[in-house]
Amino acid sequence: MYLFKTIKFSLGNLLLQKSRSFLTMLGIIIGVGAVISIMAVGASAQNLLLNQVRSMGSNLVGILPGAADESGAPAAMFGIEVTTLKYEDAIALEDLPHITAVSAYSRGRGTISYLNKSNDYDYVGVSSNYINVEDAAVESGRFFRSEEVDSLARVIVLGSQVKDDLFGKSDPINQRVKVGQVSFKVIGVMEERGVAMFQNQDEQVFIPVKTVQKMMIGVDHLAFIRVKVDKEENISLVISQIENTLRFRHHIQDPAKDDFTIRSTDQALDILGTITQALKMFLAVVAAISLLVGGIGIMNIMFVVVNERTREIGLRKAIGAKRKDILIQFLIESATMTLIGGLIGIVMGVLIALAISVGVNYFDYDWQFIVTPLSVIVSTLMAISVGLLFGLWPANRASKLNPVEAMRYE
Amino acid sequence: MLIKIENVTKDYHDNELVTPALRGVSFEVKQSEFVAIMGSSGSGKSTLMHIIGFLDQLTSGHYFFDGQDASHFNDQKLADIRNSKVGFIFQAYNLLPRISVLDNVLLPTIYTSNLDKGKIEQRAKELLDKVGLSHRVKHRPNQLSGGEQQRVAVVRALINQPRLILADEPTGNLDSKSGQEVMEVIQDLNEEGHTILMVTHEKYVAECARRIIVLKDGRILSDSQVFNRHIAKDGLEK
Repeated sequence: MYLFKTIKFSLGNLLLQKSRSFLTMLGIIIGVGAVISIMAVGASAQNLLLNQVRSMGSNLVGILPGAADESGAPAAMFGIEVTTLKYEDAIALEDLPHITAVSAYSRGRGTISYLNKSNDYDYVGVSSNYINVEDAAVESGRFFRSEEVDSLARVIVLGSQVKDDLFGKSDPINQRVKVGQVSFKVIGVMEERGVAMFQNQDEQVFIPVKTVQKMMIGVDHLAFIRVKVDKEENISLVISQIENTLRFRHHIQDPAKDDFTIRSTDQALDILGTITQALKMFLAVVAAISLLVGGIGIMNIMFVVVNERTREIGLRKAIGAKRKDILIQFLIESATMTLIGGLIGIVMGVLIALAISVGVNYFDYDWQFIVTPLSVIVSTLMAISVGLLFGLWPANRASKLNPVEAMRYE
Repeated sequence: MLIKIENVTKDYHDNELVTPALRGVSFEVKQSEFVAIMGSSGSGKSTLMHIIGFLDQLTSGHYFFDGQDASHFNDQKLADIRNSKVGFIFQAYNLLPRISVLDNVLLPTIYTSNLDKGKIEQRAKELLDKVGLSHRVKHRPNQLSGGEQQRVAVVRALINQPRLILADEPTGNLDSKSGQEVMEVIQDLNEEGHTILMVTHEKYVAECARRIIVLKDGRILSDSQVFNRHIAKDGLEK
């Protein structure tokens, strides 16, 4: 009965000073709203990032040229040319057990033209097994064969967007396009794949890797090699086999002098997951600081409330309220205020997260709207704790008032 | 004996300055008595009232309430005893403005454990009916006249069936007609057997009691029975 009456009484007091209560709650509303929306956006961004990596296909192992220590990234990732990885290395890996497909990669960018239409695109030199490595498929025509790679054939497979840009509705198969000054025969068009690894896969074209190396950019090294492993549990075995093979081929005795780096998708996911998780928590903590500011606002207003109601406190003590009763009454009052603020904040935070997800989805990213029950529970508890914590000082002051002096207070 | 005060003193300390408010007061109050405490301002009557009402602690001497030595009760015990044994009526009514008359009357009961909610509400309504306020149960205090508000305060003082009713200038804020109504109620309570201690500085109000104690400078100046008692029902004149 006491609790119920006290809560009812607190609500009555909050309603009596609507604008003051609202302004006081605003700090909590903004704080909780920020925490909820940042947690939601963080989770969505993390999800997007991980999905981008995952969409490359699972059970992938990448080999990059150049050494990397355990924690750092290989130099090739920063755009530094390292020339230690060759096409023959990729061929050698094909014979290893548990490897289902290998593709070498070499990249460039150039103008691709058909009749009077032209545009700049990324071209990727790959092996014939590329579509098996990345789980890709052609929509029409075919992908190139290994003989075509070996014979430096001038054939090209278009990304679906490139096809739409250059050919519109007409059939591109067997037509000829120019990449820079070199003429290629179109033999296939890829299925639409969307964005993966933050690269629109539909806006690139695929050319046999040796053709790219010799005729387009004039190098004999590779950007990287990707290997598909038959089962997840064989990944570490495959990695050590690749290490041994490459060390043998590159005449390396000391593993510390490796001139290549091997990374599996799982490792990449792990690292990314850790980084994004830390980032998410950091942002949530920053948002939580605004809750602290809101809490100080609550404390301030509770002092005002205690002052205004000094006579009431005196009366309550005179008719039998103990210190504990007064303390609880004012704590309930501040916690009620922060709880209501918190609930409004949750609704606001969810709406903001929803708006952001709608916005990002508009740009073709697969951004999921994620609000976890945990974040809602945590924010609610946080709001109540802020009320209790910052209400404690004013409530304690109220509970210590002398009833006689309090009743005389003007 | 309900109240026994023995050589009670009370000093107020303000920094280094010591102000004695009571300088050795002794008297007794029996069950069902109606005592008025008179005195000019600064005579110590309010201080005495606060000590008897367990709102303040004495400096020296002894205070026996209902046979118990209450001189050194702790805060918790004092709060309990204020809640269950004493009913207060204040000069300024001290009703909470934002809750109904009924909730005001029930206010002390929220600090009382083990109460039957239905019974206590029933009792509150009966008491309000008895002081002629049954039509005001749901009203807010500010919708009531001063006299009505003070009668609500009287009912609030009675709700926990206290052993002692303390009235601090109960008519001080009222016009003479309302004051008379409130005094009628208080006299009726005394007739029913309630023990009443009333502080006032107005002689004609004090003479509604059966006994008057006059304080001066923290000491008892006189303590006498009222032989020609005013009966509020018959009209009070200053």
